[in-house]
Amino acid sequence: MPVKTIVQAVNEAMEIALEQDPSVMVMGLDVGTNGGVFRATEQLQEKFGEHRVVDTPLAESGIVGTAIGLAANGMKPIVELQFMGFIYSAMDQLCSQAARVRFRTGGRFTAPMVIRGPFGGGVHALELHCDSYESFFTHTPGLKVVIPSSPYDAKGLLLAAIQDPDPVVFFEPMKIYRSVKEEVPDEAYTIPLGKAKIVKEGEDLTIVSWGAPVHIAKKTAEKLQSEKGVSVEVIDLRTLVPFDTETVINSVRKTGRVIVMHEAVKTSGFGAEVASRIMEEAFLYLESPVERVTGFDTPYPFPQVEHEWMPNENRLLRAVDKVLHY
Amino acid sequence: MMETKTCDLVRRIGDDGQLLQNKTLNLSEYELRGLYKKMLMARLYDERAFRLQRQGRIGTYPPYSGQEAAQVGSAFALEKGDWLFPYGRDLAACFTFGKDMKTALLYAMGHKDGSLVPDDVNIFPLAIMIPPQIPQAVGAAWASKLKGEDRVALTTFGDGATSKGDFHEGLNMAAVLKVPAVFLCQNNKWAISVPIEKQMATETISQKAFAYGMPGVRVDGNDVLAVYEVTKEAIMRARNGEGPTLIEAVTYRVGPHTTSDDPTRYREDTIAQEWKSKRDPVFLFKNFLLKQGLWTEEEDAETAERMKNEINEAVKEAESTAKTKLSDIFDHVYETPTTDLILQKEEISSEQFITK
Repeated sequence: MPVKTIVQAVNEAMEIALEQDPSVMVMGLDVGTNGGVFRATEQLQEKFGEHRVVDTPLAESGIVGTAIGLAANGMKPIVELQFMGFIYSAMDQLCSQAARVRFRTGGRFTAPMVIRGPFGGGVHALELHCDSYESFFTHTPGLKVVIPSSPYDAKGLLLAAIQDPDPVVFFEPMKIYRSVKEEVPDEAYTIPLGKAKIVKEGEDLTIVSWGAPVHIAKKTAEKLQSEKGVSVEVIDLRTLVPFDTETVINSVRKTGRVIVMHEAVKTSGFGAEVASRIMEEAFLYLESPVERVTGFDTPYPFPQVEHEWMPNENRLLRAVDKVLHY
Repeated sequence: MMETKTCDLVRRIGDDGQLLQNKTLNLSEYELRGLYKKMLMARLYDERAFRLQRQGRIGTYPPYSGQEAAQVGSAFALEKGDWLFPYGRDLAACFTFGKDMKTALLYAMGHKDGSLVPDDVNIFPLAIMIPPQIPQAVGAAWASKLKGEDRVALTTFGDGATSKGDFHEGLNMAAVLKVPAVFLCQNNKWAISVPIEKQMATETISQKAFAYGMPGVRVDGNDVLAVYEVTKEAIMRARNGEGPTLIEAVTYRVGPHTTSDDPTRYREDTIAQEWKSKRDPVFLFKNFLLKQGLWTEEEDAETAERMKNEINEAVKEAESTAKTKLSDIFDHVYETPTTDLILQKEEISSEQFITK
């Protein structure tokens, strides 16, 4: 089976969707001739023409707003934002409009679309390009929020997101866009939204994560197993909304100790939601408080300190120690 | 100073109440009467809705009296299957294009079904925000073009909306993509308390169209025949693949911004009174029809009476509609409710849940 990167998997998913469904279109700045600033839309305009893979003017709100009208009138737009950092310009269209079209009209109109783009830090990108924005959207009923951490998942989740009848915000972790590679089948397949993945099974401790930090969790878990005999279970949520509470709770009932790790800043990060759910549904199984390893409550920092700011192995190991010896 | 291109004000009905010289009418007598009836009905509804709010029977309400020509005249030019993306003060356009009064009242009463429209009527919910409906209309028009349909999207907004980013982004995209959209700005000269002089430095709104590369038209917004004609022309151009048009309908907000607003805090009433007494669009058109011999005072009184009864019926129906239940609100967040929503719905359905 061919080995692919996340960017290639995303490209392939869009190609399949464009092939399968004539209402699917890809739109955004640079998605045409340039093939996307990260090459996620490479070759798509050549294959499907400039009416289905459309270079739009530079206008995030206008792009998302037109996507709502397109979707309401029968199209299936996939909007690429060059960086998710630009999504703030489209907040009104996304949160007060797209998210509520179905609700406000009792289902008479809907806005099925995918807003996708790279996010997250660790690549010395320009400032304002690196934040983790997921909580804005998990806090907006009507939107679904998907964050793959591997090429295989990226393809299956993106195809599911494109087929979904509701608007989906699809975050692609920039740091591992090309550095993580794995076998990805050429053919179409979907991974249902709302199902977490147990990346590694374990008995002593659960690490819940999503996006790029999943790989830190996995590597650290393997190290803890071989060096200290600590058995760590790693869960990749993959979809934050809908949230797969069941997989998390089952794991906590088994291990009794939990760390949530995410790149987004700590306060009101989705880790707080994960911790609350565990409190509500597995309180008596807990052997220690839920620990969080996250970005600090500052704006995303200057590149010279970003690697210390982001959740990393050292900070995770300290949290493991704290949770195991509470 | 650089010479700027502006547009002449398009009118059809002259100061004498007659059709202006050299102008012809493209509407049949039946259509002219129909157009007037829609304006009259809209006016009577607006007056009733205002009173209903004062009686505490509906919530905050933005009256549109004085803007019926712009609203009814533009929507009257649409055809079945077209799209309407209305702004918050545009119920008369919605009624003209197929929304019913009962539903409008339900909206004002805070009922979940207040933005419902029949399956064959494409009216998006009143925008409320300012003006997300502009790019949305561009998208709907774009979809029509991509699907090879000849459907047009009309979107309406006020003068304040032209200062916002979505106005610029939407009009620019529409022109670049050459989509079949019509942008109708109802320039009523006020954004709550801020007058148009503080809103923009351009002489007109229609001239902004030229910067986007589309036709700009300035029309007497209180002259329903003129609004209808220019909108019809813009729609025809759009349907023929000739792209979008910006229309500025010049009118005046004679009432408050909403029932919660008190205009005496920020403006003298004299100008509003002058528009009301000399430029009332419903009166102007009625006067025109009377002079043409297409309408009589007797018909007017009878029709108004019948309409008031219809409005009464709509009020009765709306007030007797079963109220929205808390358990109703979970069903249309997503097509398939998430587990969390199902659990929350179950929670509020249980006997232990205290609702008051």
